[in-house]
Amino acid sequence: MINKWTSGSCILVFICASLFGTEVSAQNPEAIPADSLTARAKGQVPGPPTDAGARDTPSDEGHSITVFWQLSPDDRFGENIVTGYRILRAESPGGPFRETGFASAGDTQYTDASTTPGTEFYYMIETQAAGASASSPVIGPVKSSAQWFNFNILNLFIIGGIISAAIGYFIMSARGGKQLFIRKIAGLEAVDEAIGRATEMGRPILFIPGIQDMDDVQTVAGITILGRIAKTIAEYDSKLFVPTSRSIVMTTARESIKEAYLAAGRPDAYSDDYVQYVTDEQFGYVAAVDGIMVREKPATCFYLGAFFAESLIMAETGHSIEAIQIAGTAMPAQLPFFVAACDYTLIGEELFAASAYLSHEPRQLGSLKGQDVGKTIAMTAILAGVALVTIGALFNLELATTAGEWVRDLFKLNQ
Amino acid sequence: MAFFDTIKNIDRRVIFLFIALSVIVPLLFNVIFPERITPIVQKIFDKIEALPEGSRVLISLDFDPSTAPEQEPMVDAVIYHCCQRNVKLYVMALWGAGQNIADATINRIITTHFPNKVYGVDYVHLGYKAGNQGLINVIITDMKKMYTTDVNGTQIDSIPMMRGVRSLKNMDLIAAFGGGFPGLKEWILFAGDPGNIPVAGGVTAVSAPLLYPYYPNQMLGMMGGIKGAAEYESELIRKYPDFEKMPHGGLEMMGPQAVAHVVIMLFIIIGNVTFFIDRKRKTRAN
Amino acid sequence: MKRQVPLLITFIVGAVLVVAAFIPHNPFGRLGENFSLYFDIIAVFAFFLGGGNLVRIHSGRFFRGLKFYFMEIKKQGGFWPLKMLIAFPFYAMGGIEDRRGKDWFFSMVTLIGFFVMLWAGLFKIGNPGGWQGNVTAPGSLFQDFFMYVFTPLKATMYSLLAFFVASASYRAFRAKNKEATILLVTAFVILLGRTPAGYYVTFWLPDTLSFFQVPNLANWIMGVPNLAGQRAIIVGISLGVISMSLRVILGIERTYLGQDKD
Repeated sequence: MINKWTSGSCILVFICASLFGTEVSAQNPEAIPADSLTARAKGQVPGPPTDAGARDTPSDEGHSITVFWQLSPDDRFGENIVTGYRILRAESPGGPFRETGFASAGDTQYTDASTTPGTEFYYMIETQAAGASASSPVIGPVKSSAQWFNFNILNLFIIGGIISAAIGYFIMSARGGKQLFIRKIAGLEAVDEAIGRATEMGRPILFIPGIQDMDDVQTVAGITILGRIAKTIAEYDSKLFVPTSRSIVMTTARESIKEAYLAAGRPDAYSDDYVQYVTDEQFGYVAAVDGIMVREKPATCFYLGAFFAESLIMAETGHSIEAIQIAGTAMPAQLPFFVAACDYTLIGEELFAASAYLSHEPRQLGSLKGQDVGKTIAMTAILAGVALVTIGALFNLELATTAGEWVRDLFKLNQ
Repeated sequence: MAFFDTIKNIDRRVIFLFIALSVIVPLLFNVIFPERITPIVQKIFDKIEALPEGSRVLISLDFDPSTAPEQEPMVDAVIYHCCQRNVKLYVMALWGAGQNIADATINRIITTHFPNKVYGVDYVHLGYKAGNQGLINVIITDMKKMYTTDVNGTQIDSIPMMRGVRSLKNMDLIAAFGGGFPGLKEWILFAGDPGNIPVAGGVTAVSAPLLYPYYPNQMLGMMGGIKGAAEYESELIRKYPDFEKMPHGGLEMMGPQAVAHVVIMLFIIIGNVTFFIDRKRKTRAN
Repeated sequence: MKRQVPLLITFIVGAVLVVAAFIPHNPFGRLGENFSLYFDIIAVFAFFLGGGNLVRIHSGRFFRGLKFYFMEIKKQGGFWPLKMLIAFPFYAMGGIEDRRGKDWFFSMVTLIGFFVMLWAGLFKIGNPGGWQGNVTAPGSLFQDFFMYVFTPLKATMYSLLAFFVASASYRAFRAKNKEATILLVTAFVILLGRTPAGYYVTFWLPDTLSFFQVPNLANWIMGVPNLAGQRAIIVGISLGVISMSLRVILGIERTYLGQDKD
């Protein structure tokens, strides 16, 4: 009788099967006779692999089956009798079997990544030796299927969830009126002063949103900061140059600045020519930017986005024209150059915090606090792991070493 | 004190001039400083030196012309060394530009200096294949799944030195050159570590620090930048004096690098001296 | 409505892609890759926008400058075509002050470079395979321009770094305080350690103190404190990316669309 319990059970079974995969494991029913496990000389037929089986590879999109076996008795380290294992596949138990892959001697597993979901496959594993081979019995049928959750990155899901929840909590707290302490960021405190300086000197402001496209989050961060700065520039009635390296960045920057001028009540002062596309090529772009700097002599230069080797070239040229320079990037290799050559540098996450910081909006500031939870997790794990492994090494305590490795493995992906 | 004020307010073009001279003069006069090999580079040298004749070495050229000046000297040195040791070379690339660089390198080193080496018997060029670390993941178990022909379109099975090579595990050494993505790090993570295959290589100086953690457990050795190349070349000259007759970019470029570094250090010292004198003057004035 | 629709699209696409990262099943498994491809396709079409903008701005400057130059020469009287030709190099080098037609010479160079490369590539000039050949085939004019004009120019710009590193070091490495002094000493160790001189300065140290030999010290500095600092920065960056992305997806951060006041 079909009722809500049986149909509910069916649904539950279906969900579990989808999530955890079809664990169809076909086992080799025949055991190798004991007397055939005696030493085999080179040139004789090698022993076949034993305990062979196959299963649907878990947590994948349904195009692979994992074949596993125990080593052939002749596959011994250093003896070089067995040269490897051929993986043969067919769609029926009678064949024809065709080679689908090869595993080296010493391997006990092979992932066949060319299966069709829902199709039944049969496998044989053939031990290869010089001029001879021996197969396992036929394994199967086994089908591959897609799963609805990738358990290989479960820890990423959990940690990401915790950090996202923390960010959400602090956003809600901030909305509720809770005062959140955010430390001062010198580079962002200096933005108004830098724009004011340019206005007083009657010189333009240069803004470089990096050399990557809008699919890079650093460029998005740069453009959001540009939107905030443009409002101040509009209010101060200064001139703005934004040479861009990508066409999409050009259109996005234009929209951002246009809206900023509108919000400042200065739509008449806006010109499309503030934002110009230069070239996608890295050094061609920096040559053009340097030329603009030397000719137009901006009083303030902002470098906020993704940069590569051209960072120092721009920063040094900016210094030579005596501009105030405020830089920010999340490229660790370029940070030292900006720190050495610029007046203020936003290091890594400060670039992403800048827009929230400049807005003073509680919800945005709340998200900054949420990041601190992630940092706390990272610091705690690092300290705990290092302490455990160090104690384990110093006092020869296996338990401590194992515990330290367990902490490390908490953050390992695709285990 | 006019001299001091001049030094204090030195025009940066004077610094540029000194840097230019520090690079041009050593190049013009072929100034070469003696190099001593460091352990991290020595390990690579010793490994290749100990390889028996007929061993298999995979060379992967994973860089483009922008970093070629830094990477090519390392590649040339290693290929020369392998040819001297009569090991079989399997040349490939994970970067598109690497294929042309491999062509040029084979012509420059093997064809020119080892004309007795036979293509297909002593060396083979497998060319470039897309796939990054995914490619490595496949060829670590089955090379012929990805490489059915060499770069010239010759069937793999008809190439004598490919017989008996089913996967990367048949290689005695993987030498990967390139600090970008994919590069030496991917070879370590997806071939060396899981396959227990010795991996060594060379990267640009900027990328070298990121790979130190893998030495010595997961990475046999590494040449970091021009200095690494120069160290390898100096050891090669010591062991194979004929190499001195060949262009050795590493040692040649270490001359300008060494002089330029010294010039930079001198300017830093001058800058600090003027800074301290100026600070003392201001304190006295107050 | 103008702001709500983009925010809704951002939220839906963002949320779906985040969830899809954890779901291998079709269609979610390939969603991330497919969207990256869609972006690449849009970026290719966006080249027309960028190229068009480049041509518009520089041709505007060029014709304004040319007009101004023509009026200046004509004002002086005489046989103006010849005068224009002779005075041009002097004018191009900035010999004549002008604000109305400023920088038009550079715009002319930009336009010539743009159209010559476009012509060479589009019509496959000198290509051994003709119209069927690969646009970058050896022997083609495009490849020659790439190898003998573009690549040396690129290398020249890259080599400016050597000079700028020197001037930046001269300015930045001053022992103003404790931290700056540590930075200065570290910089010296690294600079020395990357040259043969580094070995000769400390080779005499006994094996027990080999850690303090400059090359070993330099490697340790790069491989331990420097790498630790870089990794810490990367952890911070990753968290910043999560926070920024959540703000954009949830519509809290809207500056890229315009101002966030409704």
